[in-house]
Parts: sequence; C-alpha cells; structure tokens
Amino acid sequence: MAIRDITLGQYYPGSSWIHKLDPRVKIMATILYIVALFVVDDFIGFAIAAAGLASVIIISKVPLSYILRGLKPVFLIISFTLIINMFMIKGEVLVSFWIFEITREGLRTAIFMAIRLILLIIGSSLLTLTTKPISLTDGIEALLSPFKKIGLPAHDLAMMMTIALRFIPTLMEETDKIMKAQQARGADFESGNLMSRAKALIPILVPLFISAFRIAHDLAMAMEARCYGCDIKRTRMNGMKFAGRDVAASILYVLFLAAIILQRVLM
Amino acid sequence: MSIEVRGLTHIYSEGLPHESIAIEDVTFKAEAGQLVGIIGHTGSGKSTLMQHLNGLLKPKSGTIVIGETDITADGVVMRDIRRKIGLVFQYPEYQLFEETVAKDVAFGPRNLGLSEEEIDARIEEAVEMVGLDYHAIKNVSPFDLSGGQKRRVAIAGVIAMKPEVLILDEPTAGLNPKAHEDILEMVKTIHRNENNIIFLVSHNMNDIARMSDKVLVMDHGKLVMDGTPEDVFSRGEELKAMGLDVPDSMEIVSKLKAKGMDIKGACLTMDEAADKIAEILK
Ligand SMILES: Nc1ncnc2c1ncn2[C@@H]1O[C@H](COP(=O)(O)OP(=O)(O)OP(=O)(O)O)[C@@H](O)[C@H]1O
Ligand SMILES: [Mg+2]
Repeated sequence: MAIRDITLGQYYPGSSWIHKLDPRVKIMATILYIVALFVVDDFIGFAIAAAGLASVIIISKVPLSYILRGLKPVFLIISFTLIINMFMIKGEVLVSFWIFEITREGLRTAIFMAIRLILLIIGSSLLTLTTKPISLTDGIEALLSPFKKIGLPAHDLAMMMTIALRFIPTLMEETDKIMKAQQARGADFESGNLMSRAKALIPILVPLFISAFRIAHDLAMAMEARCYGCDIKRTRMNGMKFAGRDVAASILYVLFLAAIILQRVLM
Repeated sequence: MSIEVRGLTHIYSEGLPHESIAIEDVTFKAEAGQLVGIIGHTGSGKSTLMQHLNGLLKPKSGTIVIGETDITADGVVMRDIRRKIGLVFQYPEYQLFEETVAKDVAFGPRNLGLSEEEIDARIEEAVEMVGLDYHAIKNVSPFDLSGGQKRRVAIAGVIAMKPEVLILDEPTAGLNPKAHEDILEMVKTIHRNENNIIFLVSHNMNDIARMSDKVLVMDHGKLVMDGTPEDVFSRGEELKAMGLDVPDSMEIVSKLKAKGMDIKGACLTMDEAADKIAEILK
C-alpha cells in the first residue's frame, strides 16, 4: 500500500447534504458525539449511537469501504485495548487458562471499549471526510473566536492548523519519493531486526526533515512577501452562513442527543 | 542485454476516488548499448514508466523482460533487479543524507553487500566519472555543495552500483546552462565507459535529438511514437499538437525549406544544420 493511499483524515470530495453543512455545526456535532459515546454504557445506547452514525454515512454518500479502509491503521490500537481490558479487569471468571482469566466484567468492558473506539474514529473521520480542510479551520477559528477576548490567538491557531493540514499530503508525497529513491539505491526497509530497521529509517528521515524545513522556509518567505502578519483585519472570500439546512440539522441532532441521554437516564 | 516491455498498464490509487491511469498498454524494446530518449508532456507518465523498469512500481498488467528475467513475475528478488537497473530520480539531490560525499555515494554499493575495498574503489571511480575531484570532495558534507554538484554526487551514488541499465529522470531539470551542459557531457562519458543502456527523460528536445539512438514519445499515458530521432522529429506537427516541440535546428531548417532552400535530411544538431546551410550558401 502506497503511503498516499492512507485515507484517515482525508477529504472525500462530494456534494451531499452533509458536505454542504456549515463546518461549525459539524465540528460541534462531532465533539458532542464523542462526549455522548462516553455517556452511553449499554448495548441499546450503542445501537442508537451507531444508527445515528450510519444514517449520516448514508446521507454523506461516502462509500463504507472507503471509511473502513481508514480504520486499518488504528486496528492495532483497537485490538490492543480489547486484549488489555479483557484480561485486566477482575470479576466473575468465565474462562481461565494458565495465569490468564477472562471475566464477565472484563469481556463487557473490552467489547464496549472497542465499539466506542470504532464509533469514535469513524465519527471523527466523517468530519474530515466531508469537510474541506480550509472550511474545517475556518469553523474552528469561528468557534474559538469568543475566546479572543481573553487573549487566545484564534486566527493564528487556525492558520497553523490550515498550514499543517495543507502540508500533510505534500509531506507524504515527499516521503514516498524519498523512500523510492533510497530503495532504488538498494535500501531495504522491510527485513532485519528492530535495530537495523530503525537504522534504515535514517536515509528517509534526514532528507525528509531537510525537505520539510525547505518547504517551511519557502512558505514563510511567500507569506511575508504578501504581508502576512501585518496587523490587518482580514475578511474571507467565502464567508460562512448559517443556512436553513444547518438549522434543520441542528434540531435533528439535538433530538438524537436527547434520545441518547433519555435512554441512559431511563435504563 | 535488452529490455522488452509489453502491454504495461499502471493505475495509481486504484479503487479510490482519485484513481488515475498513469500509463496504458505501453510496449517497446531497447537493445544493448542504446541511449533511449523519452519525451512527453508533464504528467504523460514518463516517471511512472521508468519506476516500473526497476520494480519500484508493480504494473496492473503487462510484462517487463530484462535480459532473461521477467521482473514482473512473482518471486523475483528485488535486490538483483536494483543491482542491474539504476534509477536516478528527478531532483535526486533531495535523497542525500550522509555526513560526507564519500559515505553517501557508498550507500548503494554497501546495500549490495560488496567488500570494503570494492566499495572504496567504486566510490572513487563513480565520483570521478561524474566530473568531480574525488580527493577534494570526499570528506565534504553533501549539503555544503552547489546545486549542480549535489546532483552529480546523487548520480554518482547510483553509478557506483554499476547498473547495466541506467535511468536518468530529467537529470538537467532546474540547472543553469553550464551545469546543464556538464551533466550531458557526463551522461555521454558514462555511456561511453560503461556501454550500458541509458534511458534519458528530458523536456529539452535539443538534448534528446543529439544524444539518443532511439526516442520514445509519451502522451496521456500512451506510447505514441517509437523510432529514431530523425523519424520522430520529422513529425513536428504531431509533436506540437501534444505540447511538445522539435529541436531548434530542425525548426530553422524547416523554415528555410519553406522559403525554398534545398536542404537534405534531418538536422538534429545546430552544427549539422550550420554545415548544411554553409554548404548551400558557398
Ligand atoms: N504517486 C502517485 N500517486 C498518484 N498519482 C500519481 C503519482 N505519481 C504520478 N501520478 C499521476 O500519474 C500521472 C503520470 O505522472 P508521471 O509523474 O509519470 O508523469 P511525468 O511524465 O513524469 O511528468 P513530469 O514531466 O511532470 O515529470 C500524472 O497524472 C500524475 O498526476
Ligand atoms: Mg516525471
């Protein structure tokens, strides 16, 4: 798999209802969804949370296979959590062998934790899949702007984020190129023990850092040449507007959250 | 040794929304000792094609037979292929990483598992072959060199592996006219000394016309022309339609022909054109 094919955190171009939503709504919804996932504590709750996510995926028209592909890199973390939880929690023993024992409580926590992680990752990747990086940072800036009064440099933070997001693909491309160039010189990244593999990274990391600094330097020059940083009130080319669909989405979303909370309170 | 490419197709990011067919059904043959020039508009698939030749990319379909080995077959040992086929990327200076020039050039030969004496001998030979003074430069940090020098060191790093096929992807891109000439001279020297197959990718028609034994023209992922420089550059109209050009000398000659001057044959270099014109004006 080429480095370029990692889909986690990438934008999936589209023009669905979800794509068109105001980024502020989507960001708030994602944050609240993550909080809600930690409120939920039984199967019915997770079923509601998953159903909500599933409907968003269907409306967004992002292929499920594409989303699941993004899960691959975090699969290891999920299985690790699953195993740790399964063995570490004390309680009523279900199965035991050698020094290990699986308890009812452990199994329950492990499965819930895994579901929670999967929903959390899919939920947050849905935000980046359906929102252009630029609108995403615009949204974050708008949401942070109330804190400007207490001295939070919201605009600068948003700018830093925009630049970081913008250059992830560039750096990935760069890594891909450098890896290929060193492979062409006979470098081997796949075999050998841990030590020799770590050493094999040097021919990639050194050129990569040099490239990163070069890119950063060029960008800083270009920004300065256009007077970035001069204390001027900047306006946007495409301002964000809270449209009818944003109101509708917000109402639906509040109902969804209410369902989760009610279910938790009632059960 | 010869290279035979048949029906080669490659698709980037297959199955993803940004998938693109980079090369499609490319077939050609290169004979031992040939210098093959490759031209094509930006994005026409030249670099993609070159990366297949040493197994860095796997084709979706098609075969590449180098000598006797089909390198697209399962179970081929990549190290053997990379030993035979050296690839110098576009802007190779960005792959330099060692503290000194000598160590950087040694990276390739060391990966081949050669003895220390053999490595030392090869470094010196390679550095001299790219036109640098080995004893003056061996302990210098590659990052302190000029752009043109860095490029030569990077090329030396591949030549030191003594490949039977050498691929140079736009070796003169972004260099000043002097460094440009020097690199081309270097390519000729390497070709003369090693008598290997060289693939030279370039956007400069003058260079391709005067260096190549055979020219391949890529357009939108397809190989559209394959022939001697005379044949290829005599199809000026078609080349221009693809956003390419003909060498300056041929442009001048064809304009003079249109004005009624009787010049025979194709003039691939300015010198050749000048001689022929002088002949007529005498
Ligand atoms: N790693 C990659 N992933 C996805 N697409 C790629 C990748 N590398 C190249 N492409 C695409 O494949 C096509 C061919 O690219 P390639 O680099 O082979 O062209 P080229 O002829 O070498 O161009 P140039 O003259 O600019 O070097 C282009 O459309 C390019 O966008
Ligand atoms: Mg290229």
